Amino acid sequence: MAMPMESPISFTNVGKIRWWQRGIFASQTGYVLLALAVLLVIMHFASPYFFTQGNMQNVAKNFSFIAIATLGVTFVIITGGIDLSVGSMMCFSAMITSMVMTELSAPGSPLVHMAADGKTVLANVPGLILLVSILAGLGVALIAGLVNGFCIAVLGLSPFVTTLGMLSIVRGLGYVVSNGRGSFPGGPDADYFYALTSGDVLGVPAPFIYLVILALAMAVVLHHSAFGRHVFALGGNEKAAELTGIPVVRVKIEVYVICALAAGLQGIIISGWLGSAPANMATSYELNVIAAAVIGGANLAGGIGGPLGAIVGCVLLEVIRNGLVLAQVSSYWQQTLVGVIIILAVLVDRIRSRMT
Amino acid sequence: MASADATPVLELSGIGKEFGAIRALHDVDMQVLPGEVVGLMGDNGAGKSTLVKIIAGNFRPTHGEIRFAGSAVHFNRPVDARAVGIEVVYQDLALADNLTAAANVFLGRELKRKFGPIALLDHKAMASRALELFGELRSETRPDDLVKQMSGGQRQAVAIARTRLSNARLVMMDEPTAAISVRQVEQVLGLIHRLKEQGVAVMLISHRMPDVFAVCDRVIVMRRGEKRADKPIHETSPEEVTALITGAKEAA
Repeated sequence: MAMPMESPISFTNVGKIRWWQRGIFASQTGYVLLALAVLLVIMHFASPYFFTQGNMQNVAKNFSFIAIATLGVTFVIITGGIDLSVGSMMCFSAMITSMVMTELSAPGSPLVHMAADGKTVLANVPGLILLVSILAGLGVALIAGLVNGFCIAVLGLSPFVTTLGMLSIVRGLGYVVSNGRGSFPGGPDADYFYALTSGDVLGVPAPFIYLVILALAMAVVLHHSAFGRHVFALGGNEKAAELTGIPVVRVKIEVYVICALAAGLQGIIISGWLGSAPANMATSYELNVIAAAVIGGANLAGGIGGPLGAIVGCVLLEVIRNGLVLAQVSSYWQQTLVGVIIILAVLVDRIRSRMT
Repeated sequence: MASADATPVLELSGIGKEFGAIRALHDVDMQVLPGEVVGLMGDNGAGKSTLVKIIAGNFRPTHGEIRFAGSAVHFNRPVDARAVGIEVVYQDLALADNLTAAANVFLGRELKRKFGPIALLDHKAMASRALELFGELRSETRPDDLVKQMSGGQRQAVAIARTRLSNARLVMMDEPTAAISVRQVEQVLGLIHRLKEQGVAVMLISHRMPDVFAVCDRVIVMRRGEKRADKPIHETSPEEVTALITGAKEAA
């Protein structure tokens, strides 16, 4: 029932919004990016070691170690939720991955069939053990994410309480399965595992490459897919999302699953770098991850956030940490400064939105 | 196309709704013909919103039957009502502030382009269709502007544009003229006329007597959960409707 247009619209009363008042220029992400650039310049003059190749590799690697999980939690934050269980999830996934890897490689264990040559059947296919163990690690994250999503979307529990519970549950399960001992990636595929998690390609750390790929994928999903649009709509006005027929329950469950999977992957990568998955691994990382997301411009009230902001937040945190070390400031100051920056970043955004 | 068609687009018979011990609606019968504009009036608590929510699929009626275009329908969710061709413009407009006008118009039914196995949003097509719809509404609304930055009238245009996307056969508007400027009221009433010309039935829920008398063919007055009057607009007067709403006159 299209009607012919009687007259083209003329915008006599409605001014066009200027380019510097829209998009990234009007976002907290933009301001924090600017602050980061300034900080990099200051660091360059403060320490001759900062812009060396080795240090840059270190910085890139270090922020990649929380940035993938930050991408995941950003999805949740955009919908107006929160996930406190990411730190525990990192540990649990890493632990399951290395335990499965060791178990499948061990000739004596009850779960595996022996081949004629004295090795386990799985070990005869290069990379298969690695694949199975990583899938197992991500599998437990998937289950935990589904439980989070189910409690929040279907049962209507508060995201804060649900994921606080999940933080404890998953950490506890980690201690149960490991008896409190750390586990180590072992067996014939351990070398592949280390190469994939802490290796580098032409000097670029592998985790950084994963991060870039995942961030690009996330940008496409958020801004160019119906799912991404629904994620934003959910954070902007949940009731409107429901009234317009968006499958709110499904989208919510999906974001918590994405978040858990990102945390699981992150944990597996960290364990490759550490060379083990201790039971207290990534304790309180959820705070770093959420802090990075918030500094980068994700709004805890929902509706705002993105991959660039998540990465900028992580880089800023890492540059500050790195800078304090290079400047020989006691590392105890780091946490204090991070807190100050969280508040400053949100404060600047508040002042800016009051002005316009 | 529609005026010759005598089958009512919407027919309610004996609709009742109880919330526990509270009787919100009792034995409501009504019909809406294609291309007809019906004003639904009543004081707060008269049962208007409950009736609208039943027709929109938010609630299931405790008693009675809904027929849409001649066949009985049962809505479990709002999506079911939309599927047969019932659209609602909500009073709070149900817009996501953080999205653009075009994104809001197409929310839940985005246009996509296939790239192999993946379907990505077709931003261009959505923006140009939205601009077309805003043009029809003669609203100066840019598809790419955020709803957050818009005036009340523009927000209204976005919400109404949304109903025009689908082939809605019945559009229910909940207080569409409550919070907008005089000029925008004229535009909204103009739009209602245009919907009518297209054979779309419109149900206007409003407190504003002049608006109802300006566009409606018929007015239905609710009081205390019951239908108290159902008259062609030229057989009644604002005074009579007011009396019916307040209860000074019991029924007509």
